[in-house]
Amino acid sequence: MTVAMNAANNEPVIRVVGLGKSYATAAGLFPALRGVDLSIAPGEYLAIMGPSGSGKSTFMNLLGCLDTPTVGDYFLSGRNVAQMDKDALAVLRNRTLGFVFQGFNLLPRMSLQDNVALPLVYAGMDKATRRARARQLLDRVGLGKYAESLPNRISGGQQQRVAIARALVNAPRLILADEPTGNLDSHTSEEIMRLFGELNADGITIVLVTHEPDIAAHAKRQVRFLDGEIVSDHLTAVLP
Amino acid sequence: MSAMIRPMLGEAWLAMGANRLRTGLTMLGMVIGVGAVVIMLAIGQGAQYAVQQTISTMGSNLFIVLAGSFTTAGVRSGAAGGPTLTVDDAAAIAELDGVANVAPTHQGSRQLVYGAQNWSTQVIGTTPEYLDARAWNITNGAAFGDSDVRSATRVALIGKTVAENLFADDDPVGKTLRIQQNPFIVIGVLGGKGQNLDGRDQDDTVIIPLSTAQRKVFGTPFLGAVRMIMVQADSAEAMPRVMEATTALLRQRHRLRDGMPDDFFMRNLSAAAESEAATTRTMSILLGAIASISLLVGGIGIMNIMLVSVTERTREIGIRMAIGARQKDILSQFLLEAVMISFAGCLLGLLLGLAIALGINFFTGMVVVISGTAALLAFAVAASVGIFFGWYPAQKAARLDPIEALRYQ
Repeated sequence: MTVAMNAANNEPVIRVVGLGKSYATAAGLFPALRGVDLSIAPGEYLAIMGPSGSGKSTFMNLLGCLDTPTVGDYFLSGRNVAQMDKDALAVLRNRTLGFVFQGFNLLPRMSLQDNVALPLVYAGMDKATRRARARQLLDRVGLGKYAESLPNRISGGQQQRVAIARALVNAPRLILADEPTGNLDSHTSEEIMRLFGELNADGITIVLVTHEPDIAAHAKRQVRFLDGEIVSDHLTAVLP
Repeated sequence: MSAMIRPMLGEAWLAMGANRLRTGLTMLGMVIGVGAVVIMLAIGQGAQYAVQQTISTMGSNLFIVLAGSFTTAGVRSGAAGGPTLTVDDAAAIAELDGVANVAPTHQGSRQLVYGAQNWSTQVIGTTPEYLDARAWNITNGAAFGDSDVRSATRVALIGKTVAENLFADDDPVGKTLRIQQNPFIVIGVLGGKGQNLDGRDQDDTVIIPLSTAQRKVFGTPFLGAVRMIMVQADSAEAMPRVMEATTALLRQRHRLRDGMPDDFFMRNLSAAAESEAATTRTMSILLGAIASISLLVGGIGIMNIMLVSVTERTREIGIRMAIGARQKDILSQFLLEAVMISFAGCLLGLLLGLAIALGINFFTGMVVVISGTAALLAFAVAASVGIFFGWYPAQKAARLDPIEALRYQ
């Protein structure tokens, strides 16, 4: 039992080999990502940095199974997902990982509870389970008392916490966050980063994209992209 | 999958409620289309029913043979004026294959007198088979038999209208009325049949034995000659065959050589009723065409609004896909919405159609038939219109690229 668990723990959550993505533009094929290799172990907390157009968002979309690579392989928990079809990717997005967006992306006509429960609908869970799970996660992010409210009744920071609750609802071991604090003020950003820190302490692997160094400083490992390639990969220096 | 249907229904309901005016206007096309279908079926089936009623009171699979005309000093008598048909002809026709009933008849208009009352009506002299051919029952008293025809007894069966006009509240059976000074004993009252296709009252009549009619009422230069023979075939299929055989038989009996014209006329009574039925069928088809066009237009309206809806909700679709909605989840969501709009429109159309059909019945007295088939048909149509016209927009939504959709503002 222990041996098996160790073996599983040693397998990277994410391993990409020679991952590349090109877009067709008017000027011809534009390579947004040029053969990236990266491995992320379970329980890691990684920040991806880089200027606009460095390919970090393209990379994040590939990691989040929202897009498929032009070349290379992507092993998610040991399974190569690079050439999977759309529906298989949808199932991975639903069960295996949680995605947090810069713009929160809650559905405006639904209560917070229904927003959090929505992935469970696509997972085919019954109503009682959906309600209980959604309540539990709203309580986890400290917004249980707003369960029946609509998203526009609460602040941006609170909406992002609801979005994180939604990402966690199917109990994934991996959370991907694309500029999660990009629309928030510095105080609220700190709260969100504290929440990510707690989740990581619970053993959840976290990968986030940011261009702010003080946000990236919350992560344990920092990877820098430039022109579609990784230019640096190092652990966060512990401040004296 | 069943766990998903309920939340999806709820979401479709929310989406419909988000823009009520637009949803309502979209439904209007379906309401009008389905309403037209319901009204068409109610009126069409009603007309068919009315015609069938008329045919069944007249008697089915009937044709008549009329005696030919004759000419005296340049004056032509018209049909049934000549003495060319006889009771023996009728007996011979009865022997033919496929013939159910044969009734030689002689009829004309005469004045009836009972006590202080008098009434002019149609007097029919015939044999008991006439009642069978026309499926005519006796409500009070009894019919006359073949012996009455043989011995020319003075007995009469009177129609409902005659009974009301001559006898009012009295029981006519056993009473004596006079036709042309001859006393007749009323032995029965005929059941009510109502109007025929021409609008004539079929109950305004008196039926007496053929022999009595010829000797006492109408008089005839040649005993045994009849003006008309009513023939009933076994079935509608047997009609043409029986009519052909009758023609051949009569030509042979009347010794008509090839090239000589018939000395009798034949008329198919059922044909008139059938042409009436055909007219109502044509009307139904016309109404059906109008109804299908409005359903088509309604369906296009649904498709149009669903396309707008898909564009407006591109970002929502992106979010749903990002958290794990498969293509078929998005497809069924939008399809369900289209079907729900179509269904709601159908339900309203059904109610509207029923209300109008009942209104038509109430104000014009036209017969309408409301059947479960109409409701079932309307719902089948609504579901298929929703699926057919909702498919393309739903497919368009399901095929969106998640990243493109998420970026859409």
